[in-house]
Amino acid sequence: MIEASDLTKRYGSTVAVDALSFAVQPGRVTGFLGPNGAGKTTTMRLILGLDRPDRGHVTVAGKRYADYHFPLYEVGALLDAKYVHGGRRARDHLLCLAQSNRIPRRRVAEVLELVGLSDVARRRVATFSLGMSQRLGIAAALLGDPEVLMFDEPVNGLDPEGIVWIRNLFRSLADEGRTVFVSSHLMSEMALTADHLIVIGRGKLIADEAISDLLSRGVGRVRVSSPELDRLTALLEAQGARIDRAADGAVVHELAAPAIGEIACHNQIVLHELTPEHASLEETFFELTNESVEFHGETAVSEATAR
Amino acid sequence: MTATEAAPRQTGHGAPPAGGEVRAALTSEATKLRSVRSTVWTLVVAVVAVVGIGAIITAARVSRWNDLSLRERLSLDPTTVSLRGVFLAQLAIGVLGVLVISSEYTTGMIRTTFAAVPRRPLVLFAKAVTFTVVAFVVSTVACFVAFFIGQSILSAKHANVSITDSGVLRAVLGAGTYLTLVGLLGIGLGTLLRRTAGAIATLFGLVLVLPALTEALPSPWDTDVGKLLPINAGRALFAVRPSTDLLSPGQGFLVLLATVGVVLVLATVAIVRRDA
Repeated sequence: MIEASDLTKRYGSTVAVDALSFAVQPGRVTGFLGPNGAGKTTTMRLILGLDRPDRGHVTVAGKRYADYHFPLYEVGALLDAKYVHGGRRARDHLLCLAQSNRIPRRRVAEVLELVGLSDVARRRVATFSLGMSQRLGIAAALLGDPEVLMFDEPVNGLDPEGIVWIRNLFRSLADEGRTVFVSSHLMSEMALTADHLIVIGRGKLIADEAISDLLSRGVGRVRVSSPELDRLTALLEAQGARIDRAADGAVVHELAAPAIGEIACHNQIVLHELTPEHASLEETFFELTNESVEFHGETAVSEATAR
Repeated sequence: MTATEAAPRQTGHGAPPAGGEVRAALTSEATKLRSVRSTVWTLVVAVVAVVGIGAIITAARVSRWNDLSLRERLSLDPTTVSLRGVFLAQLAIGVLGVLVISSEYTTGMIRTTFAAVPRRPLVLFAKAVTFTVVAFVVSTVACFVAFFIGQSILSAKHANVSITDSGVLRAVLGAGTYLTLVGLLGIGLGTLLRRTAGAIATLFGLVLVLPALTEALPSPWDTDVGKLLPINAGRALFAVRPSTDLLSPGQGFLVLLATVGVVLVLATVAIVRRDA
C-alpha cells in the first residue's frame, strides 16, 4: 500500500508534482499513466525518498520510506535500468544490495534465476543490452521479496517475449497479494497489464479508477448511416449532438444510440447502421490528458501525441 | 488497514532482521569496493609509485653521492628520501577516494544505493571506513617496502637508518596515514562535487597547485600558510628531521585530520540535504 497526500514537488519554477493524493492498493496491478513529463518519475522518486517533497507526504505500508532500516524487505523498485555501475558484475551488483539489507546471499542466485540472467551472472553490467539491464533491475527489486513493487517504464527495451514475461510477472505478484505500481506513457500497454489506473498530467491527478470504469465512462459515440443522412444529422444536431461526417455515414457524439433510433423513427428515416462504439482506452487517455493540457498550454500536446 | 492488505501473502521471508544496519552497510560497501576494476588499478599504481619512485630517487641520490657536499649529505633525511614516491601515489589514492562515490553519482547507482539504504550519512560513513581500512593497509605495506628497499640502497654509502631509530617508524606509518587521508579528502570532494573530473581536479589543485600559489605570498605568510596545506602537513608526518618550514608531526596530523574532517562534514550535510 502506497499512500500519497498533497504531494508537491517544484524544480525551480516548474511544478513537477502538484498536490497529488492517491492510494495504491495491494492485490492488483496499478498503472501509473501520463504523458512524458507528467511527473511520474518524480512521484516515484518522492515515494523512495530520493527527492524531498516541498509539501505533503507519502508513506509505504504506513511508514515514510526514510524510516525503514532495511527497505528492500518492504519495497522493491526499478527506477532506471541504467542506475548501476557498469564495471560491476551482475552478481556482485545484487550481492552488495542484498548485503546492505541483510538479505541472505542465496537470494542473489534465486532472483538471477527468476529473471533468466543466471548464465550471465558473472558478466559486467556494462556489456548488458537494455533488456538484460531491465531484467537485472527487476531482479534487484525482487531481492527482498517485498510487499510493494514499483517499476518505472519497465517495458522499455524489452523484446516481445520479455514483455509477455513481465506482464505475467506483474500479474502473479499482484495475485500473491502484493502492491504492484507500474508507470508507463503507453496506454495500450497499461490496458493489457493493469487492473486500476492512476492518470496524471502536468503533475496533477486526472483519474484514479478501475480500467473497466474508465472505459465505460469513456466518451461514447454512435456510428450511423442512412440514405437520408443530411436530414438525420440536422435533426440530431438540433438535439445537441455533435456530428463527424465520414465517407460511409456519420459518427454521433453526445447522444446515445436509443435516442438516435427514436429520433429516426419519429421522423420516418431509414437507418442502415446504428452502432454504439466505446472509445478505446487510448482515446479516453487522450481525452483526459488533453483537458489538462489545454488548461495549461501547448507543449504537452505534442508530447502526448508524438508517441 | 484494508481488508485486501490483511490477506496472507503466499511467499516471503517474513520480517526483516532487527538491527545490524552499520555492519550491513560496511559489508555492502566492502563488496562494492572489491568488485570494480578501478580499485585494483589505482591501488596497483599507488604501490608501484611508492616502491618504484622511492627506489629510483634513492638510487639517484646514491649515484650522485660523491658530488654532494658534506652539508647536503648531513641534511639528507634517509627515511623521507625512500618515501618520495608518496608524492605520486597520493594522486592514485586520491583518485580512488573520489571514484568510491563519484562513480555512483555519474552512473546513477547512487539512487539504487539510497533506495537500499535511506540513511545517507550511513552510506558515506561505510564508504569512508571501508576505504580507510583498504587504503591504509595497502599504503602502509607499500611504504614499509619502499623504506626497506631505500635503506638497503643507502647502505652502500652507510647513510641508511634503522626502523628502530627515533622517529623513523612514526614517519613510515605517517606516510601511509597521509595517503589514506588524501583518499578520504577525495571521498569528501567526490561527494560534494558529484563529478569525477571536477573532484579530481579540485583534489589535485588542493594538493599540488595551492602550495605553489602560497609561495607567492609575502614572508612570513608563505611558510605560515604553506605549513597548513595538506601536502606540507603530510610532509611533517613523514619527515624524521625537524624543519622550520614544517609543523611538528603531531600538529601536521591534527591539521590534516581537521581538513579532512571539515570536508567530510560538509559532504555529509550536502548528501542529506540534496535530492539524489
